[in-house]
Amino acid sequence: MTHRAKAAAAGNVVVLGAGTAGTMLVNRLRRRLDDSWTISVVDRDDAHAYQPGFLFVPFGGPTDALVRSRHAFVHDGVELMLDEVDRVDPAARQVLLTGGRALPYDYLVVATGSTPRPDATPGMLGPQWRRTIFDFYTLEGAKALAEALKKFRGGRLVVHVTDLPIKCPVAPLEFAFLADDHLRRRGLRDDTELVYVTPLDGAFTKPIASGRLGSMLTDRGITVEPDFLVEEIRDTTLVSYDGREVPFDLLVTVPLHMGADLVTRSGLGDELGFVPVDRHTLQSKADPRIFAVGDASDIPTSKAGSVAHFSVEILVENLADLIEGRPMSHSFDGHANCFVESGDRKALLLDFNYDTEPLPGTFPAPYVGPMSLLKETRANHAGKLAFRWVYWNVLLPGRPLPLASAMSMVGKQTPEKEVHHARHDS
Amino acid sequence: MPVTTLDGHEVHVDEEGFLTDLSEWDDELAGVLAAQIGLTLTDEHRAILAFLRTDYAERGETATLRRASAGSGVPVKDLFRLFPQKPAKKMAYVAGLPKPVGCV
Repeated sequence: MTHRAKAAAAGNVVVLGAGTAGTMLVNRLRRRLDDSWTISVVDRDDAHAYQPGFLFVPFGGPTDALVRSRHAFVHDGVELMLDEVDRVDPAARQVLLTGGRALPYDYLVVATGSTPRPDATPGMLGPQWRRTIFDFYTLEGAKALAEALKKFRGGRLVVHVTDLPIKCPVAPLEFAFLADDHLRRRGLRDDTELVYVTPLDGAFTKPIASGRLGSMLTDRGITVEPDFLVEEIRDTTLVSYDGREVPFDLLVTVPLHMGADLVTRSGLGDELGFVPVDRHTLQSKADPRIFAVGDASDIPTSKAGSVAHFSVEILVENLADLIEGRPMSHSFDGHANCFVESGDRKALLLDFNYDTEPLPGTFPAPYVGPMSLLKETRANHAGKLAFRWVYWNVLLPGRPLPLASAMSMVGKQTPEKEVHHARHDS
Repeated sequence: MPVTTLDGHEVHVDEEGFLTDLSEWDDELAGVLAAQIGLTLTDEHRAILAFLRTDYAERGETATLRRASAGSGVPVKDLFRLFPQKPAKKMAYVAGLPKPVGCV
């Protein structure tokens, strides 16, 4: 009996990817599991990027300290391996590295994120790439765009979303708001036609958000081209599957997002290389010993750092349950919490989950906030800027943040309450 | 959510007319919904609707055009032929599913 219990206790967890989700996971897991369990995390490079910082780079925001060594943020009790993964062999329960080495695992967590793929749209990577066509989802792209914006003297500036899902789905909208603000400050706004092109039926698609925020675009004179699914880019024109054309002088596109190629090579991905998982436990539908966390999974909520954070907390508890021989006890609700920069040093805050759309109210405390949901305020903008410090110093190391992983209705106004409040006010 | 009657079928819908109760949908209602937007369903349409329904039940999210194309084997161009102009919305409407949305 003693022997069996001991044998069952020792094992290892391998995590693929030391980005936001992978780093938080290994650090929290290290504290949660006893030392008989080893934890390894594999990444192909030692560059951890603070991706939310990319948004400000095209407008002259800081580029220093946006990328740091992964080693600095991974717990000493976790093995960080810098190596290229060829594929996962679920049947043999091992990860194969390109050098030929095999890493056996008891549990595997895929945290390889999502990657913009300009190569997936014909014409995007052509001669116009980084001449008139830019992305800001990579640091190089954001820096190149900063140079292009400096030289921009007006014309048609088109902000474009290729398809969903994308990480930080509000970022293109934030970019449009910041571009409007930036061009206004430089006296170029009147000479610029600002167009927002989306495959959805509008920039805002949820009823309460569209009702409250729909005017943010018209107020700023930003034209929306909805239901636009790009088939190709022809020189400096976006062409949709139904033959519509959107010409541009400067295109800021969010390319198609895909999961890691190794996911597809391992037969663990959907058509875009995201790992199909149970949306509440993050367990792979293909193999009970495999999980996916962060942007790498196919859960129906935003691909965002906040989602990674909240779901890591659930996953750590569930892995501990399995390792200690119990059924998984925690369930993820799809909780996301996102700042939306709106220009003029203001921002909005969104808080939602699988079942509740973004609602107005205050966050995290009812009535006092200090932040306001679904409303532009300076306090929200301050929150977004302060978050960079929180990210490196609290979130990644896996220190507790006073935010519950499950979404709370406290402080939110439901549609009925909104009506009620309106009556009170009048 | 408002209740509406379509050709003798009593259904729950949202402000834009999309069904809100998945269980109220069946093949016959699909035909009625299609007629509302001027479409006559063929086997090609029905194959896509079948994929969308199964996919939604598994994932809790309406498939994008790209995913519907990959899953049903119908090229994206043909989705525009079968559900002209706004295929993503029209497919979801006829399949009795929520329209594709962003996070806000």
